[in-house]
Amino acid sequence: MLGRTLREVSAALKQGQITPTELCQKCLSLIKKTKFLNAYITVSEEVALKQAEESEKRYKKGRSLGDLDGIPIAVKDNFSTSGIETTCASNMLKGYVPPYNATVVQKLLDQGALLMGKTNLDEFAMGSGSTDGIFGPVKNPWSFSEQYRKKRKQKSHGEKEDSDWLITGGSSGGSAAAVSAFTCFTALGSDTGGSTRNPAAHCGVVGLKPSYGLVSRHGLIPLVNSMDVPGILTRCVDDAAIVLGILAGHDPKDSTTVQDPVKPFVLPSLTDVSKLCVGIPKEYLAPELSSEVRSLWSKAANLFESEGAKVIEVSLPHTSFSIVCYHVLCTSEVASNMARFDGLEYGHRCDVGVSTEAMYAATRREGFNDVLL
Amino acid sequence: MAAPVLRWLCPGRCWAFARIGGCSCHGRGVPTASTSSGKRGQSSVARQSLITAQEPRKGDREWAAVVGLEIHAQISSNSKLFSGSQVHFAAPPNSLVSFFDASLPGTLPVLNRRCVEAAVMTGLALDCRINKKSLFDRKHYFYADLPAGYQITQQRLPIAVDGSLAYSVCVGKKLGQAVTRTVRVRQIQLEQDSGKSLHDDLRSQTLVDLNRAEGQLRVDANISVHHPGEPLGVRTEVKNLNSARFLARAIDYEIQRQISELENGGEILNETRSFDYKLGCTVPMRDKEGKQDYRFMPEPNLPPLLLYDSASLPAGADPQQVINIDRIREQLPELPSVTREKLVRRYGMLPEHSFALLNEVGLLEFFQNVMKETRAEPKKVASWVLNTFLGFLKQQNLAVSESPVTPSALAELLNLVERKAISSSAAKQVFEELWRSEGKTPAQIVAEKQLELMQDDEALEQLCRATMEAHPQVVMDLKKGNPRAINKLIGLVRKATLGRADPTAIKEVLERQLSG
Repeated sequence: MLGRTLREVSAALKQGQITPTELCQKCLSLIKKTKFLNAYITVSEEVALKQAEESEKRYKKGRSLGDLDGIPIAVKDNFSTSGIETTCASNMLKGYVPPYNATVVQKLLDQGALLMGKTNLDEFAMGSGSTDGIFGPVKNPWSFSEQYRKKRKQKSHGEKEDSDWLITGGSSGGSAAAVSAFTCFTALGSDTGGSTRNPAAHCGVVGLKPSYGLVSRHGLIPLVNSMDVPGILTRCVDDAAIVLGILAGHDPKDSTTVQDPVKPFVLPSLTDVSKLCVGIPKEYLAPELSSEVRSLWSKAANLFESEGAKVIEVSLPHTSFSIVCYHVLCTSEVASNMARFDGLEYGHRCDVGVSTEAMYAATRREGFNDVLL
Repeated sequence: MAAPVLRWLCPGRCWAFARIGGCSCHGRGVPTASTSSGKRGQSSVARQSLITAQEPRKGDREWAAVVGLEIHAQISSNSKLFSGSQVHFAAPPNSLVSFFDASLPGTLPVLNRRCVEAAVMTGLALDCRINKKSLFDRKHYFYADLPAGYQITQQRLPIAVDGSLAYSVCVGKKLGQAVTRTVRVRQIQLEQDSGKSLHDDLRSQTLVDLNRAEGQLRVDANISVHHPGEPLGVRTEVKNLNSARFLARAIDYEIQRQISELENGGEILNETRSFDYKLGCTVPMRDKEGKQDYRFMPEPNLPPLLLYDSASLPAGADPQQVINIDRIREQLPELPSVTREKLVRRYGMLPEHSFALLNEVGLLEFFQNVMKETRAEPKKVASWVLNTFLGFLKQQNLAVSESPVTPSALAELLNLVERKAISSSAAKQVFEELWRSEGKTPAQIVAEKQLELMQDDEALEQLCRATMEAHPQVVMDLKKGNPRAINKLIGLVRKATLGRADPTAIKEVLERQLSG
């Protein structure tokens, strides 16, 4: 059951093949079994079971809220969740319990989804490995696959098995691992410079970064306001489309969301690609590209071409400047967004009481990790 | 977040009724009123007349002062500029704080439409050019009353620029020597207010109230001095002045301080100072030394603010979603300069009186209501309203709306004077009584206190004759040519009439009797 798509599970729930509570229990027990992955910072067991109970009542009355009613989900721990600790994997926000839900979280809850817990990440989403949070690194479920275990046995003789594991990529590593390990059907991540797509690739799941302005950032603890978006992680593309349909749309609380109304959509099933033109940016064929990735890329291009699509070379001439621009914007906005963590209104506060400046300095030194400092 | 605030940047000296040259400082250079903008290194000069020092010391050259004002005015709105929380004067601390105001992570600013309209109205009233596109920026500094670590403001491209304001200044020692001057308004910008800090020295702690909305007007003054013809001097900033009176005093003091310092061979530091109200002087502010790097950065959570006029309004635009500058212009009330001009034209009023009438809330309406019910000369009415009435209000710190004397009552009183039923001095007595005891009419008070002027000419003639007979010495004095003797006689007659005779009438009778 846990391996099914959203549509399949939703149908099963409607038909009574399984109840939301049973589904919830299965996921909770799997979370416990896969604790070694360190994908979850907080497991909201009580909340999820209560939500499951209510979902069940709705299904009994034949009044389900939609495709996500009764379906376990997980949320990256940089999204504000009312009444549930939100840490951003940082000492600065350890113990911080927000009084409101992020818009995207609220939208999922309004659909009846069951919140399994808050997932692990790089501290404040700064990182691409999910290794730099205060709760420790997230381990890629594929580290424990048969293939990898065989490889490990061949390589290491006497090396501690514990230390030989694969990273999930990041910063939404916890969410990617949670989805990859079947502990939930979809998870929210965030993406600024790849933080949803990167771990999705590492963990073998689908990672979607919606266009900026399509999905509300209200409640997403920001890194770079002009680039952040909430990201969607699922096990198949169709599921990602369903979740995007629920999340997209103008939010009056976020002035950067597009005003135009978003119409619900269904992905077309593409059988005829003869009218499709696929561009391959030549600048992306960098010398540093690994041969494994390059061959997979060629394989995909060949696949399209053999099915009748037009595959041509295109140029994105500013590619080489993108990383520099990203760094300039990133460092400025991050410094700006972190200015509010001073220990006064919420979160960690040091014991220094000599002066405001001393209190700020000590609080921030204690609260932030080296990456941020 | 916070009480929405409009910030005016006005280069040049700009307040009404400042008495230049009349200050109680001696032997020092007197400030001039040139309006070059000394702010932030920008300078465009408008020619103004220079007023030279009254008592120049030996070898001293003239000094010119340049003053730029930053005026923080709170917008009158129901909710704050960027958050939905309410604005209420004197609410309990931290009772009007939304998640955004407390800078909870993940919260975003949402622009308040009413505040934008207020800013446009202000820009139009100050004859500014309204920027159809304006931008928001973050200004960073660490302070306990700034929870986010930055303030959202409009640094690069504010909502309105290049305006001006005409005002009246008394230049001589006498009231009535007024000139009209203009001050440039460099820009108007929307910005957040910070919280309020209360320093508890006893417990070595600072308490922060994030309601904001305290203090509806705050002014920072930038002041520098230089010799005319030479480059502008180093400026200092005097912060957080919240009354026109203290503003004037602080600026005057700072100008003198800078002149003294420079004349004694010292130098002026580019620093921030505050005004010590008790000592009447400016002092350096300890915790803001050195140049602050505010690290200005565009506010990424607020797209550019776009305004339209009737020509550029997109077809089919939702009126709830757009702001039309032309519509707002139509809805502007009559501007004070227009009202003042009307008063001067209609009533032949002195310009400075027109200023004074408009400077007090409700006073113009009061004046106009009195005018409706009396045939007394406008000049007389204005004098009564601006001197007597306003004097009583100020003494008891009352607003016009709280006045115990109604326009009708004052009109009735003025009519009594007009009809010569009472003397003007008696009228002052009646007014005082009107103020003290509500409910009585002027006529009642006149009757109670027996203040009616004598109408009986015969009786007056008799009294005059009798008084003169009783005081032959005074009459002799008078005949000898002593000018004060007549006043003595008038006083005596008045006493005899128990103050019920009009001094002018008495004088007339006496003079007639003496000559005849």
